[in-house]
Amino acid sequence: MNRGPVLGRRAFLKASAAAGGGLALAVTVPMGASAMASGGPAELNAFITINPDNTITIIGKNPEIGQGIKTMLPMLIAEELDADWDQVSIQQGDTDAAKYGPQLAGGSFATPMNWFPMRQTGAAGRQMLLAAAALRWGVDTSELTTEPSVVVHAASGRRATYGELAGEAATVPVPELAGVPLKDAADFRIIGTPIGGIDSPKIVRGEPIFGVDTQLPGMVYAAYERAPVFGSKLISADTEAAKAEPGVIDAFTVAGNGNPTELVDGVAVIASNWWLANKARAKLNVQWDNGDWTNHNSAKYDADARELMANATAAEVFNEKGDVDAAFANAAQVVDAEYHYPFLAHVPMEPMNCTALMHEDGTMEMWAPSQTPQGGQGAVAGYLGLTPDKVKVHITRMGGGFGRRLNNDYMVQVAAIAKQMPGTPVQLIWSREDDVRTDFYRPSGWHRLRAALDENGKLAGIQDHFVTWDIGGGAFNPAVMPANEFPAPYLDHVRYGMTKMPTAVPMGALRAPTSNAIAFTFQSFLDEVAHAAGKDLPTLMLEIVEGAEAEPDTMGFTGPTPGFNPQRLRNVTNKVMEMSGWGQPVAEGHALGYGYYFSHQGYFAEVVEVSLNERKQIQVHNVWAAGDVGSHIINPYGALNQVEGSIIDGLGQAMQLAVEIEGGAVKQSNFHNYRLPRMPMTPQIHVEWVKSDYSPTGLGEPALPPVIPALTNALFALTGTRIRDLPIDTSKFA
Amino acid sequence: MTQMTVNDRPVRFDMDPQTPLLWALRDAANLTGSKYGCGVGDCGACMVLVDGEALRSCLITLAEAEGRFITTIEGLSEDRSHPVQQAMVAEQAIQCGFCTPGIVMAAAALIQRNPDPSEADVREAVPNLCRCGVYPRLVRAIQRAGRVARRRERISAAPAPGIDMEDAARAVPALRADSAE
Repeated sequence: MNRGPVLGRRAFLKASAAAGGGLALAVTVPMGASAMASGGPAELNAFITINPDNTITIIGKNPEIGQGIKTMLPMLIAEELDADWDQVSIQQGDTDAAKYGPQLAGGSFATPMNWFPMRQTGAAGRQMLLAAAALRWGVDTSELTTEPSVVVHAASGRRATYGELAGEAATVPVPELAGVPLKDAADFRIIGTPIGGIDSPKIVRGEPIFGVDTQLPGMVYAAYERAPVFGSKLISADTEAAKAEPGVIDAFTVAGNGNPTELVDGVAVIASNWWLANKARAKLNVQWDNGDWTNHNSAKYDADARELMANATAAEVFNEKGDVDAAFANAAQVVDAEYHYPFLAHVPMEPMNCTALMHEDGTMEMWAPSQTPQGGQGAVAGYLGLTPDKVKVHITRMGGGFGRRLNNDYMVQVAAIAKQMPGTPVQLIWSREDDVRTDFYRPSGWHRLRAALDENGKLAGIQDHFVTWDIGGGAFNPAVMPANEFPAPYLDHVRYGMTKMPTAVPMGALRAPTSNAIAFTFQSFLDEVAHAAGKDLPTLMLEIVEGAEAEPDTMGFTGPTPGFNPQRLRNVTNKVMEMSGWGQPVAEGHALGYGYYFSHQGYFAEVVEVSLNERKQIQVHNVWAAGDVGSHIINPYGALNQVEGSIIDGLGQAMQLAVEIEGGAVKQSNFHNYRLPRMPMTPQIHVEWVKSDYSPTGLGEPALPPVIPALTNALFALTGTRIRDLPIDTSKFA
Repeated sequence: MTQMTVNDRPVRFDMDPQTPLLWALRDAANLTGSKYGCGVGDCGACMVLVDGEALRSCLITLAEAEGRFITTIEGLSEDRSHPVQQAMVAEQAIQCGFCTPGIVMAAAALIQRNPDPSEADVREAVPNLCRCGVYPRLVRAIQRAGRVARRRERISAAPAPGIDMEDAARAVPALRADSAE
């Protein structure tokens, strides 16, 4: 459990800034209001335009990857603007840090970062409309109220629609955002209302709204051949045979820039449709220098890691507290176990793609499905030697992200190709095989965990030797864990250390980075500890934090961040026990397991009900989830969708997903051997919210981590077999 | 040139007859509703109706499609009125939406032959992959679409084009002369 500001978040900030993201600590809202023309649309600020017909256009600034943000952020603006939601239309903002502030889909950051700024933006617009009405009627603004999209002067019975006032409102002084009054929560009309995805009607009609649907006149299609082996370099390529293929327009080598998150060596093939471009790759004759990297494989990694855990001490201790050796020497009982989880790929449904047009004047225009379009803009500008303002980046809807699109390698690739073809729009598409084999993988990892129990069965100390990866510095490092990982802060004797192994496998953030692996490891191990002490895991968890109080607030990436509050752990644990009937008899042949995790400022406790069928296959019947993400569930539709999706995602990871390295390359290639969950795996999912006084936080991630240990702990309860390796090997259930 | 009927229009493709129908639809006919997800017939994002049957367009060549009646997501209904389209929106069985067109086509074919599908029927007829995990909602949505097809229920969750979210916002006050775009 991450407590307070986590390692990952700071590293993430650093990474984003380094990538040219220009992330500011607060949303800036330039308030240069201007009535476009008399009687025309009036722009109250960068986010709000009111039209004379009383419709309102609100900008959704963040990239939409299916998390519902294009609907949710405008809800916050509309709420405080007191807009009539039925007359609101939403437009995706282009990439523009100066105009919109940070534009980022990652880290479940959007809710905490925007809860106040977006509401203040809407409230400022409302103040301008009130001021316009006050001027028009010669009354004081304090006499005015609003109904949805209407200003009302109750004393005189006068009313004016926002559309009628907009032209004047755009000319009044712009209020200071920080001081603008916000609604009392009891007056919310939009926040807390289930609102469907704003693009859903377009989606069911197949309208071209995804990045890969971009069509431009004269557009050509590109495929990109890179070395299958990570870390290898291009020696030479014979492109003549590929160029001779029908429909192929060109083929040429592209030199990498030394940064795998931007551009690796490769060969581009350009054709009149993508199928032809991709097919012609088979005719390329490319020589790669693989160095020693072909010796790398998953079996060797595993053997090396287990050797380190068995016989070595951690190379780097990152949390040492108390007298660990004495605590273990004096222990009445020691629990000692090794855990392992594999590399994972992201595989969003929409393969990596980007469309680019190098204009004749040397500026670049791009249509980019990116979770970090500002970072991509910076990376492309850096590669081309342009200033970011010369790279116009349109943000498209994305067919999923899951963290894959935090890296913008496909943007730099297509820029490198389009640079060679000024005036011609180029759409780069990766095949699914490219996607599976050219990812920034969730790091695999190994942990040797040891717990000391005293004579009363109380957890006295814990040690972890974490074997992980040396993946260089600078970028976001997902191959680490927080020094204060639970239960360290509540124990007297702690030693957490790690040893790093060399690799060229690229790694990155997968939905709930670090947490998606650490939750499984620590919550499964603590379940072992609980059993050793003759109690269940919820009891142990509540015991560990018994009497503990909330940590002090800190300054985090998203602003003032509340410290970890054990009461919220207690609340979600008690709630999920009540929901699932924990401790009561279950159906014959079924068992329950509990898992809990705190990540991305969200507290989730989950219980899984499981059985095995006659072929020893895992059947997940029910999942109960209790979550505390603060005072409000802004859009209950989106929130529930995120929790359900996270749970199914986690179950898939636990039951059947692994990326393996063979000969320095990824063995898996497509959905037949990277088997995502399908409909028959879906359990009944029951979600309840525990509200607390904290400002709301995000839901893209925190419901995922606890479901994995909840499942493995349920399987232990059912079979007596402890799952210490993912994905779960069902042949162990004899 | 390969000839077929796409969304009730005669179309001739001047392309390699071995081109998968998916890429002809996307890159030549500008019908980008059918999605590429895997290219090997596994994910179902490219499903279209071929003579009324839901098939994966990444596995069908233009040559094989010759003379057939193809319906893509763009041609399923003029106005988004197909029960499956309405039910998918009504049940919020959409997250990123990339797999949605394929699912809608698979479900439309199911409802056509069995408007009262059991949960098992839905699971068998809709093998599509949804990476976001909208599965809990899919069975509900498709069964609801069946009820609409059987005239047991009506839904108006997604207004017809011309009055979609954006258009509807303009259409409401529109009975005024000055509101035309």
